[in-house]
Amino acid sequence: MKSGKFWAWVVFALGAAYFFIPLIATVEFSMRMRRGAYSFDAYQIVLGDPRFQATFGYSVLAAFFTIILGVLIVVPAAYWIRLRLPQLRPIVEFITLLPLVIPAIVIVFGYIRMYGSNSPLPFLATDMGTNALLVIGYAMLALPYMYRAVDTGLRTIDVRTLTEAAQILGAGWGTIIGRVILPNVLIAVLSGAFLTFAIVIGEFTMASLLNRPAFGPYLQNVGANRAYEPAALAIIAFAITWGCMSLIQILSRFAPKSANRPN
Amino acid sequence: MADPFLSIQHVRKSFGATTVVEDFNLDVEPGEFVSFLGPSGCGKTTVLRMVAGFEEPSAGKIVVAGKDITRLKPNQRNVGMVFQAYALFPNLTVAQNIGFGLKVAGMPRADIDARVAEMLGIIKLPQMADRYPYQLSGGQQQRIALARAIAPKPKLLLLDEPLSALDAKVRVSLREEIRSIQKKLGITTIFVTHDQEEALSISDRIAVMYGGKAEQVGTPFEIYNRPATKFVANFVGTLNVLEGTVTDAASGTVRVNSQEVALKGKLNGSKSGDTLSLALRPEAISLGRQPGRDSSLSGEISEVHFLGSVIRVRVGIGGNTVSLDTFNNSATPPPAVGEKAEISFSSGDMLVLH
Repeated sequence: MKSGKFWAWVVFALGAAYFFIPLIATVEFSMRMRRGAYSFDAYQIVLGDPRFQATFGYSVLAAFFTIILGVLIVVPAAYWIRLRLPQLRPIVEFITLLPLVIPAIVIVFGYIRMYGSNSPLPFLATDMGTNALLVIGYAMLALPYMYRAVDTGLRTIDVRTLTEAAQILGAGWGTIIGRVILPNVLIAVLSGAFLTFAIVIGEFTMASLLNRPAFGPYLQNVGANRAYEPAALAIIAFAITWGCMSLIQILSRFAPKSANRPN
Repeated sequence: MADPFLSIQHVRKSFGATTVVEDFNLDVEPGEFVSFLGPSGCGKTTVLRMVAGFEEPSAGKIVVAGKDITRLKPNQRNVGMVFQAYALFPNLTVAQNIGFGLKVAGMPRADIDARVAEMLGIIKLPQMADRYPYQLSGGQQQRIALARAIAPKPKLLLLDEPLSALDAKVRVSLREEIRSIQKKLGITTIFVTHDQEEALSISDRIAVMYGGKAEQVGTPFEIYNRPATKFVANFVGTLNVLEGTVTDAASGTVRVNSQEVALKGKLNGSKSGDTLSLALRPEAISLGRQPGRDSSLSGEISEVHFLGSVIRVRVGIGGNTVSLDTFNNSATPPPAVGEKAEISFSSGDMLVLH
């Protein structure tokens, strides 16, 4: 028993070392910009760089619209599949997994061919159109995470009975989704939203090939030309992602406790 | 006679090739409390769901207060419903749950608050307004669900096995409370249950359902004492069924295990030589000859169960077994297994089943 515990700690320590050593090394390296002393110079340079602010702001905005689009597509779809079309669930799950299988570069080349300036839907002819296409692409990339998060949330409530209870009280579909379903899966939606945020902030391929001033291409550009700043940027990006994950954990504590028995 | 408030006319419901409700007919008077009683799968919940609008009948129509509502959506019917699984909205407080239907209907805030307070008073939970459903017991949740259903003053109240998820004690007190609130508000109510005691104790009328059809519709007294079919007789209450042969159709005499019983013309057209199923409720039978009981059968005691205040005795009469209860009497020892025994009853209490 004692030996089992010992080996469990050894495995844990190895796992922790695998995770933390590169992180600590990166932090340490990012602070060695000033010769002979540790400093936050690299961070100051990165955070003070107008291109950092512009690209980060662009990606945050893109993430915001991606989340809105994702919620508008996924919540009604996942709800309807649970309520009326449960037989379609395996097919929809398969479709939502496709972005994990098809490389982003294939998708973006498809977009360029489909929506180029000579196509009937010339998204790429204007900046606004390209931005919209990027957001649509991001929503698709985030689909596996958003759909699973929402579907898991819906599993914790008795969707059919709650829907019927609201219907018999006179509610229409808008009220049912807005006042009954969405608030009860809000934490799941937020989980999906933060995962989407994390994906969008670091995404490179689509933004680069669509020539958008996003944070991912900026990260790549800085990484290729500087020494200490990329390490600082990596830590900042990591902190943002980790912050998102922590928010999911914190918010999940405020989830409405279901008093309904599952189906 | 005035028009019924709710009229279910020749309703049928099929799911693919399976027909779950067949030619169901029922008229319910205003303010009446009618229970649908039957085993699982008999179609009682399907009929209720068709009245609510969650299922569309394959044939037939449903009329409420003279208006055909068969094709109306659930949110257009002005019907209240209480579900077995409570179905309170977990994200809303008790007050918000009760006020949900009123808010959807666009009632002013002050009126909603007043109605919610009135409802909380009716269900005797005035202090629970700010609680969330997960902070309430099952019985409290179901009372809130009832308050939520009746708050918008629906024309019709539907109760889909609302007591099945509760423990026995709460079930009894809540069913009395439901009945008392229903009487007070005078709301026409349909109550679905598989529990015969529940149905018998609170209903004005009961529709006993089996195989998608109403086997019998009647008052609890009629259903219990004059079951129209063998299924109703077996399903409602405990029943002793004896096989007998008609020996003299003209005088209404039946032979049970070579003993004759005179049924006084209750044979419903059976001919001499026909085999009949005869039923007797345990409370209609006495052990030994009793004054006022005109019929008797002899047999042998096969089982004796001492239950405290009563003693349950089973008497074998040929191939039939009759169960009866006698009160415990400390001065008299209970009968012994193997003893010869005579049971007596009034021939009028013996039912001929079809």
